[in-house]
Amino acid sequence: MSPVESLYRKDGDRILAALIGLLHDFDLAEEMMQEAFVAALNLWPVHGVPANPRSWIVTTARHKAIDCIRRNIRFRDKLPELCRLIEDEVESVSFEESATMLADDRLRLIFTCCHPALPLDAQIPLTLHTLCGLSTEEIARCFLVPLPTMAQRLVRAKRKIRDARIPYRVPPDDLLAQRLDAVLTTVYLIFTEGYAATRQDLSTEAIRLGRLLVELIPGRQEPRALLSLMLLHDSRRDARTDDAGDIVLLDDQDRSKWNQAQIQEGIALLNVVLNAGAGHTRYALEAAIAALHSETPTDWRRIAGLYNLLLGVHPSPVVFLNRAIAVAMVEGPERGLQLLNELELSQYHLLPAAKAHLLRLLGREKEAATYYQQALSLVVSEPERRFLEKRLGAGRDS
Amino acid sequence: MQYLLMIYHAEAEEKKMSEAETSSMHAEYGQFTRGIMESGSYKGGNALQPTATATTVRVRDGKTLATDGPFAETREQLGGYYLIDAEHLDEAIGIAARIPGAKVGSIEIRPIWLVPAT
Repeated sequence: MSPVESLYRKDGDRILAALIGLLHDFDLAEEMMQEAFVAALNLWPVHGVPANPRSWIVTTARHKAIDCIRRNIRFRDKLPELCRLIEDEVESVSFEESATMLADDRLRLIFTCCHPALPLDAQIPLTLHTLCGLSTEEIARCFLVPLPTMAQRLVRAKRKIRDARIPYRVPPDDLLAQRLDAVLTTVYLIFTEGYAATRQDLSTEAIRLGRLLVELIPGRQEPRALLSLMLLHDSRRDARTDDAGDIVLLDDQDRSKWNQAQIQEGIALLNVVLNAGAGHTRYALEAAIAALHSETPTDWRRIAGLYNLLLGVHPSPVVFLNRAIAVAMVEGPERGLQLLNELELSQYHLLPAAKAHLLRLLGREKEAATYYQQALSLVVSEPERRFLEKRLGAGRDS
Repeated sequence: MQYLLMIYHAEAEEKKMSEAETSSMHAEYGQFTRGIMESGSYKGGNALQPTATATTVRVRDGKTLATDGPFAETREQLGGYYLIDAEHLDEAIGIAARIPGAKVGSIEIRPIWLVPAT
């Protein structure tokens, strides 16, 4: 791999973040970065690789941006303010960045991408596009949206950032908790999207973003709890599907395939959170549940207790469903069914699947089959469909 | 960067307010306006008379058509506006959130499109 190519792969996202920070324009930053890399491809083999290649790219891209803006000014006298701003910066500081400065740029960028003034369906794609370097095509595929739709969504979001001047900064303390929440939600959704669709690349990106947040906002426990949660779930990655790509239930997983290093790291992070007295937040509770699931035998009583607490801070139907399953493991399937019957979730395939599972434990096979059918009519992911079909078939055989 | 903060409220609800409520609302607006004048954010602003006084104009095929009322019937009506200067959207959101009407109605923030003088 050439030095230019390896720099692009390794630091492309950081350089882009730095340029967006300097230029306040996503598209201009992307375009100028490409041009700077093209220049590097032409110049470095002749003149040698500069002492600080990353700075070289940023500085070159910035000069190209100024040229580009100057050219535009001749035609539309629209951006004098921006041009002056950039020129001042170019002249006043020579760009000698440190590693942390570029990291800070990425932190600012993630807060921009997850700004509440942007539509939710653009926040995640924009984060994936600018911070994880995923192409529009890849993002469209993973959200099952036609390419032009996704492209337009990204264009609109970038335009709004520029035109409404959504700030490029880490929010001040009075806004931080609220804004951080949106950022963590985005990171977690990226993770769960990757996990549900077994798209490892998305889960890996989410974990990378989680690490970045922990590293850059060490004073807050929420990012640490989220990273712990993601690591613990991801540790079972290799065991949760079989060679055919079919889902393997937790109980049936080959535990030797669990990533012990990742489990240890997740638990260590969780302990830091607990010692800081931040154990009662959503992600910390979910991480604690995931940690208990990596022990044998499974302590369902404690898990059910944690789900009770989780229901208090994050009362979602999915948490309610999981709690019902945990309670069923402690108090028996009938109690679990009772709880599940209180739930109304018409579109969520796991509700009928959970009911079917408990009914089968009670030997009520006919009712179980009906619920498995219902789950099958709702499921979208292919591995999950095969899993449910297998379960349905298992009932017929017996 | 300049932003227009448009204050939307339900006129029907406002009519039901007692005199004491109305005067305390006015006092709050006075205090808010002085505040953003002192901070330098204020560029302009006005309260509007109710939509009963509104006229909508269209020109079609060279003919001017004036009709009674606002363009669209909506639950909330434009009741006033501020023009402010803010560093970025977060600052504009912060100012908009302090407008007394934000507690009962809603504020729409729109960046001003600066067209260069030719």
